[in-house]
Amino acid sequence: MGNTYADQTAAQDAGKSPSSWKILWREIVRDKVALASLIFLGAVVVIVYGVSLVLDQKQIVTVDLFALNQPPSADFWLGTDYGGRDVFGQLIIGTRNSLSIGIIVTLLTGMIGILIGLASGYFGGTVDNVFMRFVDFFMILPTLMVVIAFVTAVPKYGIVSFSLIMTAFLWMGIARLIRSKALQERELEYVQASRTVGSSHLKIMFGQVLPNLSSIIIVTMTLNLAANIGLESGLSFLGFGFPESTPSLGTLVSYARNPQTLEFRWWIWLPASILILVLMLCINNVGQALKRATDARQRKG
Amino acid sequence: MWKTTARRMIIMIPQILLLSILVFLLAKAMPGDALTGLLDPSIDPAALEAQRERLGLNNPWYVQYWDWFTKALQGDFGQSFRFKMPVADLIGQRMMNTVWLSLLTLVLTYLIAIPLGIISGRYHDTWADRMITGYTYLGFAAPLFIFALLMLWAFGFHFGWFPTEGSVTPGLTPGTWEHVVSKFYHILLPALSMALITTVTTVQLLRSEIIDTKQRDFIITARAKGASEARVYNRHILRNSLLPIAAFFGYEITGLIGGTVFIESIFSYPGMGQLFLSSISLRDFSVVTALVLLYGAASIIGALLSDMILSAVDPRIRIK
Repeated sequence: MGNTYADQTAAQDAGKSPSSWKILWREIVRDKVALASLIFLGAVVVIVYGVSLVLDQKQIVTVDLFALNQPPSADFWLGTDYGGRDVFGQLIIGTRNSLSIGIIVTLLTGMIGILIGLASGYFGGTVDNVFMRFVDFFMILPTLMVVIAFVTAVPKYGIVSFSLIMTAFLWMGIARLIRSKALQERELEYVQASRTVGSSHLKIMFGQVLPNLSSIIIVTMTLNLAANIGLESGLSFLGFGFPESTPSLGTLVSYARNPQTLEFRWWIWLPASILILVLMLCINNVGQALKRATDARQRKG
Repeated sequence: MWKTTARRMIIMIPQILLLSILVFLLAKAMPGDALTGLLDPSIDPAALEAQRERLGLNNPWYVQYWDWFTKALQGDFGQSFRFKMPVADLIGQRMMNTVWLSLLTLVLTYLIAIPLGIISGRYHDTWADRMITGYTYLGFAAPLFIFALLMLWAFGFHFGWFPTEGSVTPGLTPGTWEHVVSKFYHILLPALSMALITTVTTVQLLRSEIIDTKQRDFIITARAKGASEARVYNRHILRNSLLPIAAFFGYEITGLIGGTVFIESIFSYPGMGQLFLSSISLRDFSVVTALVLLYGAASIIGALLSDMILSAVDPRIRIK
């Protein structure tokens, strides 16, 4: 029975206006800046994950006393830091770590946000009230402080606990958004009709309402990815993110908190800063193009 | 209107209580306590244990929480173990620095946002609008700490136009004109760095509000009855477009909280954010709990302020 239903919807899709995926893709291709950004992002991901397979993280983070604070040279493409560690290698590994944690946190917050938002928007009433008071409480927390406090308090601190802590305090935005959209969605006739036919709540929520929200979810997650990478590098910059043995882009920037490094050793912190800036700009470009695609009035084509 | 405000105030109380419990438990869960930092190996462990007992560090958490909470209500947040002074006094010293920094940032934010938003909304699709939109695009993507670092590098170190750390030149007597000028001089670059980034959302909001309002029926009516262009913009469009901006004021305050932590750390500015970071790395947890509570209260009040302005502006939002 599930099969025939899927066949039917597929047949309906083919006959009506282009699917949301197609619209999103078309908008990106039309917007040359967004397309260039997407290609650049793809290239960065391939290079960073590819090269870091070859690089040895242990060797890069090992202190070398004979090569402290070297300016860029043929041996060290971007010089070395105060521990004689190769900045270029750290940059590659740092980008990989920053991207990975950004993606993990975005996916986790997305999942929690979608589940809670969908449930409270779809059911409304008491469920909605309970979830939203919960969200309200999380919203008023001074996120940055609480995350820093948690990072210090966790006994076995590592990448897993770091991403879980970040997730725990970042899922509210997307939950609120999905809830407000689901509230609108459940008043529409297709939901009532499906209910009359006898579909279960779960099926309506995940099989019918969720696909209708897919484009807005993709847009939010893309924009969140940029924000999460920014927050992670910010935390690492303050010294409450990744430990120094697992460099992130923020770790490299944090060396600039030493005025000597900031003033005279640009090669340590400037490349990482520019890379963060460019990465976030590119992800935002793609996200904004996707956002335009979800609003028919603003589309380019 | 008053009913809404009263209800919002009542919601605040459990929020602050919950926040205080969370913060207190967190501080307790942090490795080490206030005495581990002071450890002198020659001290007898039994004496240390006695000291712990005397300070109430061995009581169950809810007893400690209650002690702390009842005292905190009277403004007594305990002693800072690092500075050997009451936490309330310590924070009081730092608070004014952060308040001035935030105030100047807010003023600059609106000084930048309102003209830029008006220009880009009024003359939209001109080169001026494109420049401003480009700037908001960049500012929206750029993380605050990187932008601030670049500003410090360029204007603090490279050009040397601004001081690079502190809140005032040492050696000046408080109250004199030079003291005030020096404070302002120290605060300007940090506040400007933060304002240039935070203003971006307000510019975007104002721009889209003006563009939206421009096409409304009442504007067409105003033009039709012969109102001058200046009057249409100043009296009709601007008034309607500024309302949502006003409602966002409270959220600006909430946004400043995270920002000041970064800014104070980068510019070595002795405010509450810097105190928070240094206290947490030294396990001075009486200071940490008080600060997180204070920041939490500030963001609750910011949200309350926004809701109140919103409900004053738009009656549909009031809680029934």
